[in-house]
Amino acid sequence: MFTDRTLDQVRRGMARWLAELKSAAGSLRGKKSFKTLSDIEVKPVYTPDDIKDLDFESQIGFPGEYPFTRGCQATGYRGRLWTFRMFSGFGNAADTNARWQHLLKEGETGLSTAFDYPTLMGYDSDSPKARAECGRCGVAIDTLADFEALTSGIPLDKVTTSMTINPPATILWAMYLVAAEKQGVGWDEIGGTIQNDMLKEFIAQKTFMCPPEPSIRLISDTIEFGTNHVPRWNTISISGYHIREAGSTAVQELAFTLADGIAYVRDAIERKKLDVDAFAPRLSFFFNAHIDFFEEIAKLRAARRMWAKIMKERFKAKNPRSLWMRFHTQTAGCSLTAQQPYNNIVRTTTEALAAVLGGTQSLHTNSLDEVLALPSDFAVTVALRTQQILAEETGAADTIDPLAGSYFIEALTNEVEQKAWEYIEKIDEMGGMLAAIDKGFPQKEIARAAYEFQRDIDSGARAVVGVNSHVASAAEPIPLLKIDERVEAEQVRKLGEVKRRRDNRAVKLALDDIRAACKSGANVMPSVIAAVREYATEQEICDVYREVFGEYRDPGFF
Amino acid sequence: MTQERKIRVLIAKPGLDGHDRGAKVVAHGFRDAGFEVVYLGLHQSPEQIANAAIQEDVDLVGLSCLSGAHVYLFGEVVKILRERGAGDITVVGGGIIPDEDIVRLKEAGIKAVFLPGTPLDQIIEWTRANIKPHTDKAR
Amino acid sequence: MTIDKILSGDVLAAARLMRGIDDEVPAALEELQEIYLHTGRANIVGISGAPGAGKSTLLGCLIAAFRRQDKKVGVVAVDPTSPFSGGAILGDRIRMQAGVDQDVFIRSLASRGWKGGLSKATINTIHVMDAMGKDLVFVEAVGSGQGEIDIARVADTAILVLTPGMGDEVQIMKAGILEAADIFVINKAEREGADSLKVSLDVMVDGRSHIRGDWRPPIVLTEAVCDKGTDVVAAEIAHHQDFLKTSGELDKRRADRARLELLWSIENLMQAYLERMEPGYMARLVAELVGRRTNPRAAAREIIARLGVTGDAAY
Repeated sequence: MFTDRTLDQVRRGMARWLAELKSAAGSLRGKKSFKTLSDIEVKPVYTPDDIKDLDFESQIGFPGEYPFTRGCQATGYRGRLWTFRMFSGFGNAADTNARWQHLLKEGETGLSTAFDYPTLMGYDSDSPKARAECGRCGVAIDTLADFEALTSGIPLDKVTTSMTINPPATILWAMYLVAAEKQGVGWDEIGGTIQNDMLKEFIAQKTFMCPPEPSIRLISDTIEFGTNHVPRWNTISISGYHIREAGSTAVQELAFTLADGIAYVRDAIERKKLDVDAFAPRLSFFFNAHIDFFEEIAKLRAARRMWAKIMKERFKAKNPRSLWMRFHTQTAGCSLTAQQPYNNIVRTTTEALAAVLGGTQSLHTNSLDEVLALPSDFAVTVALRTQQILAEETGAADTIDPLAGSYFIEALTNEVEQKAWEYIEKIDEMGGMLAAIDKGFPQKEIARAAYEFQRDIDSGARAVVGVNSHVASAAEPIPLLKIDERVEAEQVRKLGEVKRRRDNRAVKLALDDIRAACKSGANVMPSVIAAVREYATEQEICDVYREVFGEYRDPGFF
Repeated sequence: MTQERKIRVLIAKPGLDGHDRGAKVVAHGFRDAGFEVVYLGLHQSPEQIANAAIQEDVDLVGLSCLSGAHVYLFGEVVKILRERGAGDITVVGGGIIPDEDIVRLKEAGIKAVFLPGTPLDQIIEWTRANIKPHTDKAR
Repeated sequence: MTIDKILSGDVLAAARLMRGIDDEVPAALEELQEIYLHTGRANIVGISGAPGAGKSTLLGCLIAAFRRQDKKVGVVAVDPTSPFSGGAILGDRIRMQAGVDQDVFIRSLASRGWKGGLSKATINTIHVMDAMGKDLVFVEAVGSGQGEIDIARVADTAILVLTPGMGDEVQIMKAGILEAADIFVINKAEREGADSLKVSLDVMVDGRSHIRGDWRPPIVLTEAVCDKGTDVVAAEIAHHQDFLKTSGELDKRRADRARLELLWSIENLMQAYLERMEPGYMARLVAELVGRRTNPRAAAREIIARLGVTGDAAY
C-alpha cells in the first residue's frame, strides 16, 4: 500500500523519533507497559511500516464488498442508522409492556426482551424453583396469555423484536408467531431474533437445560423452520457478549463466537441437509463493546472479515449475503461499577461509540444503575439518549468505517484476527466446539482470564476509576428500581386461572405430539406451536424436553 | 505432629442465577490464599448447600446471587444450618445487592456482604481476620 | 459421647471428627482409636484415573445404582493441594451430586502434600464412615502412577477409569498400574479409539501377574454422562465383593491394610516422641546423614536405642 520511498522515509523518521523517546525517558508517564485488555502490546506510535503488507483491495476494500471489513451493507449508516434496541423486561407482562411503550415513545427503534430466570431456565412461576426469582431480572412469561399481554398494542408488522432466550427458544418463538397471527400479521411479515445459542450457555451464560447434542438439534430445527416459514426472522444470535462478560479477552470472545458459528453451520448442513445459502443469510451475531476503545473497533472489523472468509472458504457459500456478518452489540455490563454510578454513563458512551465505529447493526446501551438493580426510567432514558446523541450530533455515523486506513486500527485489526485464528485452529484440532466444551477448554480459558483480570485490578496494574483509582470517601446512594413483591403471587394466581380455563385434554395431546417429535427427530416447531396455542405452559413443554433429552449439570470447570 | 489448620470454605450459587465469574474468581483467590475450597457450583437449593456445608464441616459458606433473589435464598441457607445444629458455620454473600437489602441480610444472619468492586484481597483479609478453623470444638 | 454419635450415624459429629482427623488434632486421633474397633464392615471401593476421565460422573451413577438397592453409601473424594499456596479447590463433589440424595455422605479432602494423591486422613475418614454404618465407602482420587497404587492398597475393590485417545496405553504399561486394578472402566466409550483400547487392555490384562488374587479384571465400557454401562460396573463391584469373600482375598487385603496403618502409626508416634524428647533431634540426624558423618542404618540404631530398647537383639 505504500511506496518504497514512503517506507524509507518512515523508517528514518522512526529512528529519529525513537531517539527523542529515549532521551525523554525520564519524563514519561510511570506506567510500565501499555496493553489492551487482551494483553496485546500497544506501541507509542504507529506508522505505515506497521501495515506495509496490507493490501487495500483484499483486506480493507469497500463497504458491502468481500471481505466486508468496512461493513456488510454498501450504504452503511448513510443508508440506515443502527437500530436503537434496548434490552428490557421486568415484573409481569403489563409492567414490561409499559416500559416498552415508554422506550418506543422516547425513540428506540427495535424491541429487545429480557426474561426472568424461571422463564430463562424453563420453569413456570409456580415452580418451587421460581420462588423469589419471579419477575426480578426480566419479565415472567408462563403461557401465551402472558405473551399476548406483553405484545398488546405493539404492531408486530411494524417493529422487530429480539428475545434473549435459549433452551426454551422454540417455545417463546412459537408464542411470538401465534401472537402475530392473532394480530392478523403473517409470518412472512414479522421480523426479529431469538438468541437461541446454546453453545455459549455451556461456555459462559449458563442458562442451560439439556445436554449439548440435543440442544444443537433443537437449534437446527428452528433454523430449518425459519428458512421455510419465517423468512425475515434471525433464528440465532451467535453470541460473544456473554463470553466476554464471563471474563474472556476480546480475542477469546471473537474466536469462541466464530467457532460456535462454525459448529452451528456444520450441524444445519449435516443434520438437516440444508443448502448453506438457504439459511446463512439469517444467521446473526451479538458482541460486547467493552471499555478498551480501539481494541473493540478492531475486533468488530476483524470479526466481519473472518466470518466472510469462513463462509466462503470453509463452507463454500455462494450467496453474498451468506458471507455477511450482521450483529447486535451491547455495551459491557462488567465494565460498570457500583461505586460512583454516574461514571457509568461515561463508560457506556465510549463503549457505544466503539460499537458504532465498528459498524454494529443494532445497539443496546447499559444504564448507569445496572450494577445495583434493573434500570430505572430515568437511567434507561439517558442510555437511549446516548445513542441518539451519537447518531444525530457527533458525526460518527456520517461516513462509513471512518477509522479504516489508520495505521493503528489496521495493525490492531490484523493482530486481533491473527490471534483469534490461532484459537480457532486449536479448537478445530480438538474436533470442534462441542469437543472443546466437553474438555472444558473455553471454560477454563475464561476462568483463567477472569482471575488474572481481577489480580490486575487488585494490584493496581489495571485502573478502574472509583474502585482502585479516585476512590470516593463516602458512597452517594442513588434511587433504584424496585420489583413489586406482589408480582410473584399475582403471576401464580394468573397461571392458575389459565390452567383452569384452557382445554387440558388438548394440552396433553399437544405435549404428546412434542414428545413424539423429539423422539423421532421430526422438526419440533409445528407441535410446539400447536401446544402454545392451547396455552400449554413453558415448563410443561420444557419438562418434555428434559424427559426425552436429559438434563445438563454444571461440571464446575476451573 | 499436628498438621497446619486449614480454613475450609464452601462456595455456591443458590437459585437459578448462572453468573459464576465472581464465585470462581473468589474460589481461585481463596485457593491461592491457602484455603481449601469446596466449589459447589450453580443451581443449588438452600438445602443442598446446607447439607454440603455440614458434611464438609466448612468454617465459611460464601454465596453468590445476581438475580435479585438473595434475601430469600441466603436467608434460607442460614435458617437450615441453624435448624440442623450447624449455626456455628459463618455465611457471607455477594452479588447484585442494593444497600437496603444488606441490612435485611445481616438481620437474617449473613455476616458480611461483598459488593461488586470489592478487591479479592479484602475478602481474603476479612476471612483471615474473622474465620478460624473450628477444629477444636467437638459436636 | 462422640463415639455413640458416630455409631448412630450423626452427620454433624462425624463431619467435625473428620475435620479433627484432617488437621491431626490429638483429641480426634484419640477418638479414632475407639472408632477403629467398630470398623471392618464397609466395603471400600477405590476409583482412580487421570483428570478428565470422568471419575466423579461415573461415581455419581454408581452411587445412584447402590442407593436404588437401599445401600448406605459414603464417598471420600481427594483433590490435589496446590504446592504453591497450600490451598486447594475441591471440585469432585459438584460432579457426583446430581440426583444423589442427602443421606449419601460425601466428604472432600485435599491431598495436603502427600505424594501419591492420598493422605493419611483419607483412610481414617473412611474408618469414620465405616463406623457410621455405611455399606459402601467410595474413595476417589487422581491417579498419577503412585496414586493408583495407593488407592489399591486402601480399597477392597480398585477401579481404574480410562478414556480413549488420552495415550492411556502407554500409561498402563508402566509397572504397577496394571496390577493395581480389579475393574477397568473405559469411559467416554462413544469416542474413537474405545474398541482398540479395550483390545490392548485385554492383552495386557492376560499378561499381568496375579498379585490381587485369581480374579480376571473385567473391562467395562461406559458413557457415564448418560448413565450407560454404569449398571454393569455396579454389578462387577458386587461380583468382586463375592470373590473377595469366597477366595479369602478379603482377609489378605485387610491384613495388608492393617499392617500399613500400623507402620504409619509407628512412624507417626515415633517422630512425635523424638521431637518431644529432644526438639530438633531428627533434624540433627538428617544433617549428620547429609554431611556423610553417619549412615542411615547406624542412625536408625541410635534412634531405637534412644527409645529405650535394650538387650542384645541382632539388629
